[in-house]
Amino acid sequence: MYIYDDIDQRIVDERVAQYRDQTRRYLAGELSDDEFRPLRLQNGLYIQRHAPMLRIAIPYGLLASRQLRKLAHIARVYDRGYSHFSTRQNVQFNWPALERVPDILAELATVQMHGIQTSGSCVRNITTDQFAGVAPDEVVDARPYAEILRQWSTFHPEFAYLPRKFKIAVNGAESDRAIIQMHDIGLGFYLDEQGEVALEIWVGGGMGRTPAIGAMIRKHLPWQHALSYCEAILRVYNRYGRRDNAFKARIKILVKALGAEEFARQVEAEWAQIKDGPSTITQEELDRVASFFRNRTYETLSDDVPAFNEKLASDKAFANWVKRNVHAHKVPGYRAVTLSLKPTGTAPGDATADQMDSVAFLADRYSFGELRVSHEQNLILADVKKSDLYQLWQEAVRVGFATPNIGLLTDIICCPGGDFCSLANAKSIPIAQAIQQKFDDLDYLHDIGDLDLNISGCMNSCGHHHVGHIGVLGVDKDGSEWYQITIGGNQGNSASIGTVIGPSFAADEVPGVVEKLIETYIEQRTDEERFIDTVRRIGVAPFKEHVYGEKKEAAHV
Amino acid sequence: MSKLIRNNAIVQDDWAVVQLASPAEETVRKQAGKVVIFKLTGEQAASAEQIAGTNIPPGGKVIVPLAVWQARKEELAPRLAAGEVGLWLETFELVEDLVASVPDLNSLPVIAVHFPRPVDGRGFTIATMLRTRFGYRNEIRAIGDVLRDQLFYMKRCGFNAYAIRADRSAEEALASLRDFSEPYQGAVDNPLPVWRRHARVAAAHAVTVGRTPASHEDEVD
Ligand code: SF4
Repeated sequence: MYIYDDIDQRIVDERVAQYRDQTRRYLAGELSDDEFRPLRLQNGLYIQRHAPMLRIAIPYGLLASRQLRKLAHIARVYDRGYSHFSTRQNVQFNWPALERVPDILAELATVQMHGIQTSGSCVRNITTDQFAGVAPDEVVDARPYAEILRQWSTFHPEFAYLPRKFKIAVNGAESDRAIIQMHDIGLGFYLDEQGEVALEIWVGGGMGRTPAIGAMIRKHLPWQHALSYCEAILRVYNRYGRRDNAFKARIKILVKALGAEEFARQVEAEWAQIKDGPSTITQEELDRVASFFRNRTYETLSDDVPAFNEKLASDKAFANWVKRNVHAHKVPGYRAVTLSLKPTGTAPGDATADQMDSVAFLADRYSFGELRVSHEQNLILADVKKSDLYQLWQEAVRVGFATPNIGLLTDIICCPGGDFCSLANAKSIPIAQAIQQKFDDLDYLHDIGDLDLNISGCMNSCGHHHVGHIGVLGVDKDGSEWYQITIGGNQGNSASIGTVIGPSFAADEVPGVVEKLIETYIEQRTDEERFIDTVRRIGVAPFKEHVYGEKKEAAHV
Repeated sequence: MSKLIRNNAIVQDDWAVVQLASPAEETVRKQAGKVVIFKLTGEQAASAEQIAGTNIPPGGKVIVPLAVWQARKEELAPRLAAGEVGLWLETFELVEDLVASVPDLNSLPVIAVHFPRPVDGRGFTIATMLRTRFGYRNEIRAIGDVLRDQLFYMKRCGFNAYAIRADRSAEEALASLRDFSEPYQGAVDNPLPVWRRHARVAAAHAVTVGRTPASHEDEVD
């Protein structure tokens, strides 16, 4: 992974010093709440329901074991012994003291981490595929580009105060695991007819109050121009994006208002003025950054591991885990492993300090000392020898991260919701837990198969409910908590936004509704059809009928 | 009176910033119950009455609102020729309109950008475009809600003068221009991105990658 040189380190250190002074001035009354807000937000600090919440960037999801140990240390010393991995490949602490945040950031700087631009109206942490660099379907390893973009967007002086937050995602695999169509800018890397790396540019996707699939404004851009093209997009947005209404300030609204074609025309006109300037990426710089992602020395191994096959045949629990949590790898004899942060009964994405230390240990022992954080809020060991899988599994079981539910109904994406977040309409964690408890039969879960269930506590959609096959959204009705259910959302290459099935439900009804949706699916599915396929084939109506028909009957009894 | 930083020094300001006459009746638009603070880019800045009613001091150097300049050019022409007229614009006004309003942009000794709030980032693009697109070489001044915490970014975008709010220390603001010593990306002040400024090391020469050496495992914090 990318390692800081003196220049990177100085930037982060100077940032800590700057923020320490800003905090001091705030506490001394020299900065008002309003003046301090954008400053603390751009260092990741929110004021939340119970306490400040500090969000730390994990650039494109890549984390070293020593960084994870540092996070565990911070959880112990400055927080309540745990942290939360978010859907944007960030990590959050829910209980830090505002006065001590500069110290936390100083500690993070010693392991090349920071909270820079993890919130506020600026370019946020750039996200990508958690299997970048190892996925067999990868065409271009997008991580070097993500790092180049990270550096470019860090303290970009012109784009530090945009109309609203700005999220960039990159993908270089055939199957899009980074949901690039649901970001402010999505960059899809591919090889063009000449075999050169090129990008397709998506703009104006996003979740939130008005979910939108992005528009492709350019089909082919040579990689050298990635920065200048993003600069052109951001300049047009910075000038014309609405600033009079926060709900209408995202770039998707501007793209809608102008129309994608007109927006693209303005971007092209702007780009024509700046292309081929000094921000044109050189081969030399790309090679330099890429070298940090290419320095693995894989062993030459056979992909046929008899001991593994034996365990697979004799140990059903192991086989279940392999089926769901182990993923293909480019290199023979290696696999990627997802450690599930979704065991029944805990908040999805949460990890205790001890668990973080244990995972750091596993990363050192089995996966080059590195791991990844996925937007599904799980941790990934990307480079595990197939021959080590059985032993790793046993250790993961002991840590509590071996629930074999990746991609299944209980692998719920869930925002912190009303338990922590001051913007929430409703709690989300207890809903996730209730659903996990209802579906605790593993065979049944495996029979249901691939299903993304996503929960957000409000329209801000941090829990990605719009793209859940089943989406649950907390809504506020006369001051009490209700839940709106959508089905048919999807992430990936055929991204779609879910359809609301009807009136909202009380919290205790939600697991029952999910059960009804599953029953309909089981009844209607054809062989090999996933939940989302069935919804797409038969439409929402049969699901709706089963859910509300029975609800009405029950009401009459 | 605000204090002026110009080219890294605190100086006496010999320019008077002319304010638009207040509108006859306050037109306050509301959206979702909140008073709208920001105007949209390209909106009309002032009414004809406001422009006509704006009081321009009869002598001395003046920075006048773009809208007033556009409407009262003839009156101001001799003073412009004497080098005593600068213009200021709101962040929602189009920099292209300003450029189109003078035959020679560099006949203006100063262009000021008014920040209604520190977080209105349009001002950064205005300055960037004045420098890089329209070749403006004279003073670009930040006025309005100008705080030290935005100064470093302003400097990088081509501002070289800052009217620091009267209740803040200009000395401290001056120091903040040096908050960061080596930024990553190119901007107006230095168009070269860091990798064109310095030879940076590749992984082979970088510190340990991957597996944490055992001796580092228990770092003393
Ligand atoms: S979706 Fe809403 S409730 Fe959930 S974390 Fe985001 S802002 Fe908070």
